[in-house]
Amino acid sequence: MELKANAPSGPIETRWERHKFEMKLVNPANKRKYSLIVVGSGLAGASAAASLAELGYDVSCFCYQDSPRRAHSIAAQGGINAAKNYQNDGDSVFRLFYDTVKGGDFRARESNVYRLAELSVDIIDQCVAQGVPFAREYGGVLANRSFGGAQVSRTFYARGQTGQQLLLGAYQALERQIGLGKVEMYPRHEMLELVVVGGKARGIVARDMITGALESYAADAVILATGGYGNVFYLATYAKGCNVTAIWRAYKKGALFGNPCYTQIHPTCIPVTGDHQSKLTLMSESLRNDGRIWVPLKKGDTRPPAQIPEGERDYYLERKYPSFGNLVPRDVASRNAKQVCDEGRGVGASGFGVYLDFADAIKRLGASVIAEKYGNLFDMYERITDENPYQVPMRIYPATHYTMGGLWVDYNLMTTIPGLHCLGEANFSDHGANRLGASALMQGLCDGYFVIPYTIGHYLASNKLDKVGTDAPEFKQAEQAASERTRTLLDVKGTRTVDSFHRELGKLMWEYCGMARNKQGLETALQKIPALREQFWKDVRVPGQGAELNQSLEKAGRVADFLELGELMCRDALTREESCGGHFREEHQTPDGEAQRDDQRFQHVAAWEHTGEGQAPKRHQEPLDFEYVHPSQRSYK
Amino acid sequence: MSAGKTMNLTLHVWRQPSGTSQGRFVTYPAPDISPDMSFLEMLDVVNERLIAKGEDPIAFDHDCREGICGMCGMMINGQAHGPRRATTACQLHMRSFEDGDTITIEPWRATAFPVVKDLVVDRNAFDRIIAAGGFVSTHTGSAPDGNAIPVPKTAADQAMDAAACIGCGACVAACPNASAMLFTSAKVSHLGLLPQGQAERDQRVLKMVATMDEEGFGTCTNHGECEAACPKEIRLEFIARMNRDFIRAGLRNRGERAGSGGTG
Ligand SMILES: Cc1cc2nc3c(=O)[nH]c(=O)nc-3n(C[C@H](O)[C@H](O)[C@H](O)COP(=O)(O)OP(=O)(O)OC[C@H]3O[C@@H](n4cnc5c(N)ncnc54)[C@H](O)[C@@H]3O)c2cc1C
Ligand code: FES
Repeated sequence: MELKANAPSGPIETRWERHKFEMKLVNPANKRKYSLIVVGSGLAGASAAASLAELGYDVSCFCYQDSPRRAHSIAAQGGINAAKNYQNDGDSVFRLFYDTVKGGDFRARESNVYRLAELSVDIIDQCVAQGVPFAREYGGVLANRSFGGAQVSRTFYARGQTGQQLLLGAYQALERQIGLGKVEMYPRHEMLELVVVGGKARGIVARDMITGALESYAADAVILATGGYGNVFYLATYAKGCNVTAIWRAYKKGALFGNPCYTQIHPTCIPVTGDHQSKLTLMSESLRNDGRIWVPLKKGDTRPPAQIPEGERDYYLERKYPSFGNLVPRDVASRNAKQVCDEGRGVGASGFGVYLDFADAIKRLGASVIAEKYGNLFDMYERITDENPYQVPMRIYPATHYTMGGLWVDYNLMTTIPGLHCLGEANFSDHGANRLGASALMQGLCDGYFVIPYTIGHYLASNKLDKVGTDAPEFKQAEQAASERTRTLLDVKGTRTVDSFHRELGKLMWEYCGMARNKQGLETALQKIPALREQFWKDVRVPGQGAELNQSLEKAGRVADFLELGELMCRDALTREESCGGHFREEHQTPDGEAQRDDQRFQHVAAWEHTGEGQAPKRHQEPLDFEYVHPSQRSYK
Repeated sequence: MSAGKTMNLTLHVWRQPSGTSQGRFVTYPAPDISPDMSFLEMLDVVNERLIAKGEDPIAFDHDCREGICGMCGMMINGQAHGPRRATTACQLHMRSFEDGDTITIEPWRATAFPVVKDLVVDRNAFDRIIAAGGFVSTHTGSAPDGNAIPVPKTAADQAMDAAACIGCGACVAACPNASAMLFTSAKVSHLGLLPQGQAERDQRVLKMVATMDEEGFGTCTNHGECEAACPKEIRLEFIARMNRDFIRAGLRNRGERAGSGGTG
């Protein structure tokens, strides 16, 4: 299979403009004759559904929560990047493009990244027009901050609730279209199957989560915007319901899965306290702008932080990376935290934590300035840990936070199944092997507001789409497959709960496919995951019935898919014998412990093809060319 | 930190198999609960034990577990989201309770929020209120430069205070009249405080209030329970603001209607 990226050539600044012109259009009067399914109502899905409905398409939108407003995007705290250069500090579209390609460790497609940077400015305009209450300066203009390893101030934010406000903007636009009858919204519906007819994506099967009914929906094209799959690690900063099911079903129907092993471990999360823990909470990394990260110089130093004198502290990021200091990219910050803890210098009861200390900032700026900037985060920290970060340093530790991998898509955001498009975190997208802070929100909205409205038209106008109804045999087969899975899960009637399997899988993934990976560990995981999966299907206990609201059953279906995905991630990590961004293979590091890429062998996207149950998936490659940003060893010293 | 110590609790939990069936309280012992658990993690533990015994676990809504999605929500000892101020159920920790406590857990109770199962209710009436007018009608791609519309910092800050609403429904659950005034006024105020929201300001408040009434929410009689229960500390003053907007819009609308031949 040849992977056609369909990215235009020519000067990079003109590619998207030209591509837009060259794409076919659907006549305005004809748009209402086309039906589109959008699965997901996060930033990517809600912005797409609203914008497509505004254009006149007949849109159906699905989400598993009780309301589209609750999608996981709501939890994003820190901000959204845009190359506005409002601060006059030397930012530009090219610089954002450059930073993103470099930050991703040269594993993303240049054309896509450039388009993302170019459209970033429109996103801010769009959101302001919707009434998103971004932070402002006293003069009334938009405020910015620097964020996540950037040396310019290009991040727009709404207190510590940027994701919430952007999502509410998109949600309100979506509700407006729902009110106008242009979008049919299906909350509490979980997509369980993709339906492919005549080689094209023509619909889905979803479960009504209240009645348990399996329902078929047909359309002319399907758009998946179902978010990331980081919950494969069980403990993660994701909302509990986030899952891989939608894109995994698509993978099994022939969509290629790009770079599954690229996951992001966020450096500033609250450390684990015990086995009861159900999720990890992120502390926005904007905290790294003012907080200083340190551990004791000596191993096993259990003195309270206040009793450790300056000279016996190791501000290891400032020491190792003098020019970026505490603001090094996430992968670098996370790995260094792991390293000092592995050396026995970690803090807190478990020893898996490092200090994030605001004492200096409070001295310099005053507690009230710190409270204004981070008050809600400090409160959240206190609520969870019962410690007051104004008085004692926060303890933080890395946690899974984002997945750069996802369904492979071309420049038009179409997967390898014609008609199946994929947006937002669910696609393998623009971040390469490591995502920079404040760029996921940007990508989700870029895909939804400004890319798919054009590219979907091109697909619809260039393909002859026969009428397909839900009575087609492909729908019946998909319904049957979904119903059989449900029945099998309920019929096992074993002894272990779904959560216990999920926890065990999470531990395996964290240990062998987490912040640092090696051949032996990955091979071990590739033995253990299939064994765990087998045990799951023999011994899981899912109480209740299929035809009712059954949260255990929902979880069971998701965990069943994670148990397959985990294996693919390990396989991908094992095959990629280099380190790049968030993918750190211990065998491949520079003398001072940084990620060592192997551009000769791995300057490509790995895209995996499902070849049948029980058979090894096939690895395809999309070579990556760098015409504008020349691959170099990333250095943040 | 309270590591090591655990507590023994007794739960009275509302169990109702479906929206159409009868519900009742069922008592469950909840031994060995760590004070570091969140309230929902405590329910997770109880559920794991129920499943092990072959019983049906307690259904409850939740997702982010960070106090931002608004999905969780239950009455805990008669208080929406429990005893801690400005805290959602998912952010409430068991250290807020004492060893030996009995805790009563119920779903939100409101005509406009019918029970779906156990602690799960249907809050889609909120979405319909937003769909009626809780937006700025702007088409994707039509926006001017972000800095073309200066917004005074105080207006932006106040708008943000209102926009912080997570739509959980605690205000309705806490109100003796099951009124949705705090929720509706938060959106009306968020958009009404910003220059972008002016063009539709009158229509917005009229339509949202009308929908609120149609959905079966009660009237506001100034109890203030909503403000006390709100996990995001949305202030009562937004209700006063909305009332002013509503009266003004009603007056202006009447004038316009008369002028334009009653097409309204
Ligand atoms: C705590 C936290 C903080 C973050 N902070 C930032 C930040 O400051 N800046 C930044 O740029 N990024 C941040 N991110 C990342 C960013 O929030 C996400 O990557 C982004 O919001 C994902 O958006 P999305 O639209 O792709 O998916 P989501 O918002 O995850 O939406 C997925 C949608 O799909 C639906 N769905 C999923 N599966 C199914 C199914 N099987 N059937 C039906 N529907 C389904 C869900 O209901 C939901 O509506 C943060 C992430 C976290 C966890
Ligand atoms: S689960 Fe999201 S607010 Fe409680």
